[in-house]
Amino acid sequence: MTFSPNLEEKFAKMLAAYPEGRKRSAVVPMLIYAQDETGAITPELIEEVARRCEVAPLQVDEVVGYYSMLHRKPLGKYHVQVCTNISCMLVGGTELYEHAKKKLGIGNKEVTADGQFSVEEVECMGACSWAPAVEINYDFHHFVTPEKLDKLIDGLRKKQ
Amino acid sequence: MAETVQLTINGREIEAEKGKLLIEVARENGIEIPAFCYYEGLSLQAACRMCLVEVEKTPKLQVGCTLPVAAGMVIHTESPTVQQARKGTLEFLLTNHPLDCPVCDKGGECELQDMVFRYGAGESRFTERKLHVPEKQWSPVVFFDAPRCILCYRCVRVCNEGMGVNALGIAERGVRAEIVPNHHDYLECDECGACIDICPVGALTSGIYRYQTRPWEMNHVGTICTHCADGCRTTLGVRNEKIIRGNNRDRSGINGEFLCVKGRYAFDFVEHPERLQSPMLKTGDGFEPVSWSKALEIIGGRFAEFKKAGANFGVIGSNHTTNEENFFLQKFARQGLGTNNIDHHRTGDLATFFDALSGRTDALATVSDLYTAKAIVIVGSDLSQQHPLLANQIRANVRHHGAHVYTLTPGPVREEKLAVFTVRLPGTKQDLEALREKLKTESDVTMVFGGGASQHGMRGFIGMGDSLGIPVKYICLVDYSNSRGAFDMGVIPRDGGMCLEEMLGSTDLDVLWVVGANPLKNATLASEKAFVVVQDLFMTETAKRADIVLPAASAYEKNGTVTNVCGEIQKLKAAIKVMGTKTDLEIMGLIAKEMGLNLGIWLPDKVLDEIRATVHGYNVPLPVITTGGAAPTLPLNGRVAALPGSIASAGDTLFTSGSLSRYSKILNSIIEAPGELYADRATPRPVLPGEVTPA
Ligand code: SF4
Ligand code: SF4
Ligand code: SF4
Ligand code: FES
Ligand code: FES
Repeated sequence: MTFSPNLEEKFAKMLAAYPEGRKRSAVVPMLIYAQDETGAITPELIEEVARRCEVAPLQVDEVVGYYSMLHRKPLGKYHVQVCTNISCMLVGGTELYEHAKKKLGIGNKEVTADGQFSVEEVECMGACSWAPAVEINYDFHHFVTPEKLDKLIDGLRKKQ
Repeated sequence: MAETVQLTINGREIEAEKGKLLIEVARENGIEIPAFCYYEGLSLQAACRMCLVEVEKTPKLQVGCTLPVAAGMVIHTESPTVQQARKGTLEFLLTNHPLDCPVCDKGGECELQDMVFRYGAGESRFTERKLHVPEKQWSPVVFFDAPRCILCYRCVRVCNEGMGVNALGIAERGVRAEIVPNHHDYLECDECGACIDICPVGALTSGIYRYQTRPWEMNHVGTICTHCADGCRTTLGVRNEKIIRGNNRDRSGINGEFLCVKGRYAFDFVEHPERLQSPMLKTGDGFEPVSWSKALEIIGGRFAEFKKAGANFGVIGSNHTTNEENFFLQKFARQGLGTNNIDHHRTGDLATFFDALSGRTDALATVSDLYTAKAIVIVGSDLSQQHPLLANQIRANVRHHGAHVYTLTPGPVREEKLAVFTVRLPGTKQDLEALREKLKTESDVTMVFGGGASQHGMRGFIGMGDSLGIPVKYICLVDYSNSRGAFDMGVIPRDGGMCLEEMLGSTDLDVLWVVGANPLKNATLASEKAFVVVQDLFMTETAKRADIVLPAASAYEKNGTVTNVCGEIQKLKAAIKVMGTKTDLEIMGLIAKEMGLNLGIWLPDKVLDEIRATVHGYNVPLPVITTGGAAPTLPLNGRVAALPGSIASAGDTLFTSGSLSRYSKILNSIIEAPGELYADRATPRPVLPGEVTPA
């Protein structure tokens, strides 16, 4: 399996950054960056990362199962992550999450028919001070209200 | 001496090495800190919270399994707060635990059960429905019952670190977290069962033992595995004359708790339906059962006649029988029958090995040396396949002491992954020089010579070892449980006797007596007239050619001693009796009696006395072996004459065991293809760089 030249370069740097015999430290970042490029974590990708990091494929599989931001199925182009953990919940996180699902017409971790959006209920993202918080792909959005979320989503729809 | 510190545990002043883990310090001082995930020799996990302790002046409870001790610490391991915390931990561990102790294999020796009992955490405040997941079978020997699992990661670590197999992992997280095998729904691994053994609860269970018994209904018999030359001590669980379990949880013996698939599971050959249970006499083209007295009378009579007529005897001994039996057999041949035609299937060139080391007393490495050596050189062997215990020792050494491993092998081997230096044989003279230069920087070395190491190779390497100027020890690999003993006891064609091939090839042989071997598996007996007597467990190819076949007891049914690959003597203890069989020693004694020979008393202990008095290197301290220990023999000093005949490794893998494997249903049911093994009979012996004798 090969990746884009950019990513290949990134991986080469990464593997060299860790001390001798500690290549497995690169498993998590490699998976995240590869997922961004390939859209999801496939068995083939697991094998590839295992080979590069010199661990058993099962050990990469463990990591994929553990981290909720690693996905085995492709997500929408825009992945809307709504926090319902305590701080956000207290100021409307749960309602926001329900709203997001309704607005997009999909359930948790589902993708809209056009492949543009997916939604996920997530745990605390460390943005409690600005709760309720939403993260779309890598961008944080603070003090989100249902209206604000609508605008955000509509804006992204237009952008396409 | 490392820096020590003073601390107080439960009001006791204790001196300990600074930085040592509290749980270890406590154990050394007889204070038990309960633990599920902590396991001696494996990496730390700190996953179970069972080891919480109170450290004065520290606000929260501390995790004892990862807490390094420091000067002045005041620790309480059983204060009310600690007990409360443990009770809480147990309550959590039991949230999804099925509490099916009455039908669980582990019931009675379960660490979780013990703890719940101790801390009285039998009641739960959870009213939620328990999460149930059906039991799964991962392989013929490994079953997994997820709800019982307490996620201590012991199995994962023992497989990754201990075995180097990496077959187990954890999928998902939180309440859904579950141990998974490497192929999603089945296992492809060494099938060693270490994961089952190490599991503190009944989550991992064994295909052989599950639902067979309760642990307290068994007798536990400590004896030695009969499958390879490494000589692991195994504790056989016996109920009603049936072996139902093999393990070594008490860590007695040279192997600690290690056992490979054969030692742990392949005891079922003893109850194979084809097991011989009566002497068989050839009649026309078949066999008919006869009584022991009739059979012994015929054999005694014919042997005596042949002896009187000055006939040509040939005697073939075994790699599996005890030292006492081998000693008695060669004595019988030499003194009783007056022949030097005695041999066995030799699997390693011990004659050259001993000759090259003549005059030394400190050159033989023991199994434990492989755990402490600074550097280990493996020449021509796939240790993980052929010598599982030695491979395990080396892995543990690398893990715990950072030993340097050097491999010189004709094909890929698992040890290469640990190696600092590898050569693909046949190598070059430069490879050898590079090896010597690297070895010079080590402080001590242990060299292991596999079946692929030829005469010259072995001498060359011993010469290289000598030139290093550091302590060097050696191991010459042999294949079977008592290959070493058969050689040492003199089941070899010394003094001009015929070797195995010569006996089989001679058209002039009058009598062939085979004790526990199958030389006709891939060969024929040239002498058509020969009267053939075979002692064996099964109707082997050789037994089929016999005039009389005598049903022998297996190693698990006899007392006596065996000598492992490193020359360590250990004691066998009979676990069961199989009706109709006799031990080979008793059979030989009874034949001698029929012949009117006086070869001494045929009791194992008596014969051992004679061995200790007469066999060089075997005057070992009795208390060591009678208490279940391993006593190393001394190497022969003085030159050893070269022997005729060939030496061939049996080429067994992790899942085969010479002629025994076909009678073990378990070994046959395991799907793993025998691993990559170059040293099988079909491939010619590789040329070793040692043949370019190191200058
Ligand atoms: S049986 Fe042995 S090799 Fe197989 S998973 Fe268990 S520990 Fe690993
Ligand atoms: S299966 Fe047993 S050893 Fe493995 S994590 Fe679960 S409880 Fe621990
Ligand atoms: S390593 Fe050898 S002696 Fe030990 S259990 Fe396996 S077959 Fe038996
Ligand atoms: S609880 Fe939502 S960001 Fe912390
Ligand atoms: S033994 Fe310390 S956390 Fe498990």
